[in-house]
Amino acid sequence: MKRPMRFFVGRIAFYVGACLFASFFVLPLLWLTVAPFNTLATLSVQFPEEWSLANFQRVFANTFAIRALVQNSVIQAGGAMLLVTVTATLAAYALSRSTIKGATVISYGLVLFSSVVTGTAAMVPIFLMVHRMGLIDTHLAVVLVFTGGLLPAAIFIMRDFVDSIPRSYEESALVAGASPWRVFNDIALPIVRPGMMVIAVWAFVNVWGGFLIPFILLRSPDRMPASVAIYSFYTEAGTPLITLTAAYSLLYSLPVLLLYLFVNWKYGFRFFGGIKS
Amino acid sequence: MQRRSILSLPAGLLFLFPASVFVIAFIILPFFWIAAVSFTNRTLTGRTALEPEFVGFANYLRLFDPDRFLQSGEFGASLILTGQFVFFSAILGQALLGLVLAWFFYNQRGWVQSLVQTVAILAWIMPDVVVAFAWFAFLDRDAGTLNQILSGLGLGRPDWLLALPMASIIIFNIWRGTAFSMLLFSSAFGSIPPSHLETASVAGASTWQKLRDIILPLISTHIVTCLILITLWTFNTFTPFLLTGGGPAFQTEVVSIYTYRTAFQFFRFGLGGAVGMVMMLINLAFALVYLYILRSQKVRT
Repeated sequence: MKRPMRFFVGRIAFYVGACLFASFFVLPLLWLTVAPFNTLATLSVQFPEEWSLANFQRVFANTFAIRALVQNSVIQAGGAMLLVTVTATLAAYALSRSTIKGATVISYGLVLFSSVVTGTAAMVPIFLMVHRMGLIDTHLAVVLVFTGGLLPAAIFIMRDFVDSIPRSYEESALVAGASPWRVFNDIALPIVRPGMMVIAVWAFVNVWGGFLIPFILLRSPDRMPASVAIYSFYTEAGTPLITLTAAYSLLYSLPVLLLYLFVNWKYGFRFFGGIKS
Repeated sequence: MQRRSILSLPAGLLFLFPASVFVIAFIILPFFWIAAVSFTNRTLTGRTALEPEFVGFANYLRLFDPDRFLQSGEFGASLILTGQFVFFSAILGQALLGLVLAWFFYNQRGWVQSLVQTVAILAWIMPDVVVAFAWFAFLDRDAGTLNQILSGLGLGRPDWLLALPMASIIIFNIWRGTAFSMLLFSSAFGSIPPSHLETASVAGASTWQKLRDIILPLISTHIVTCLILITLWTFNTFTPFLLTGGGPAFQTEVVSIYTYRTAFQFFRFGLGGAVGMVMMLINLAFALVYLYILRSQKVRT
């Protein structure tokens, strides 16, 4: 009799503990799940008397905010995603498959250097360099700076990926007389595609959520990404429009949430080393 | 056996070229550029924008000037605040809570575990500005969820961001980043052979003894990795700016915000560069310690 008793106490303690942990993480996000649908939303979590999409309609009527979301953020995050994925895959393939001396040292050194030269520590030289290049207030500046910052970790992860695929297919293609580019393009690339997906999603999410870099590099409202534009929902008197900010926050988070679901469904949210910048 | 190379050296260099351009331009060059700028009186506009003068160590002497170093809003005070922020939110908060969570759900796979894991990951991956807004609402004095719960329990209604700003950003950062430590420790626990623990159980070891004598020594590399990485990230994070802007009265002005204020509020790039340089040297120290420990671990095994 004693054993089942202890078992039940243990189970109850487990569920109580799990509840506490879950509420720690859930409670701060609750507001975000109800306020966007409440036309009278305040900062408190209150279930709307009538669930409504009116807040979203008003956000969609705000051309500045919508352009930031579906144009500027997409250009910047999409551009950096493409550049990071393509250049990291090429570099990782070279580090894995060629006779370059010290490939391991190079990739470790890169990650080391990129964790030293962070966006916050290097904001002054990054601003001055972009200024010198005449690229202040351009999408290109944001894309380039993010690409540089994300590349070392991307190369590192991608190299692991390339190292893990067998070399025999490529070797036999080489023996059959294929050029290095064909070996890469026709044989290696299809196999490392899952790795490229991971890099692409990771880079996109990082740039999509990034605040500091666009905040210091961009000036004009028409180029602001959503992360900066979200600070524009104020009344003429200067009080924040909570309803619109809440609805916009949810719209802006949606791609991140969808990508998370996608990755989770497709690969499982496995652990790829320290891959969040 | 020497493995044949698939890519010849010239082809390899060609493949490396595009990435190298970005890395050299945006990682390596800034490091040296900031060193150069920090010895000048460069500003954004005016005469010193076009012809910055070499001022030697003046910027560094200004930062470390003993008369003002520890005053509120100065560099030393900011470093102390950053130390508190990193110690309490990263080392004590994220790492410990992550370890507790991973241990709590060890061998407890099921929907409860995946639910807690999912919400922790959500807190980690949502965009900065969104979680900042959510926390504004959460911490609001009158309407915020936290104070509604606290006052329901008879614990009062503190004005978090004004009266307890440092505590607020520490709790916020624990909430934000624990998922990483949790995932890392979970995968570390997963790599421990169950037979080790079964043997210990048979020998009559308590849970605490198993944790202390078997599990923690086995995952010590993971612990070091976790501690160094979250320390680096927390040291460099700019997100507290979105919650408090460094205030009130500089009480949450961690170095990332201090750099921003020096460099971009008054556009004193020389001085801001000196702050950035000190930040990078601290980053470098952490990174080197990390590499050193990883290496000595590898040599031992």
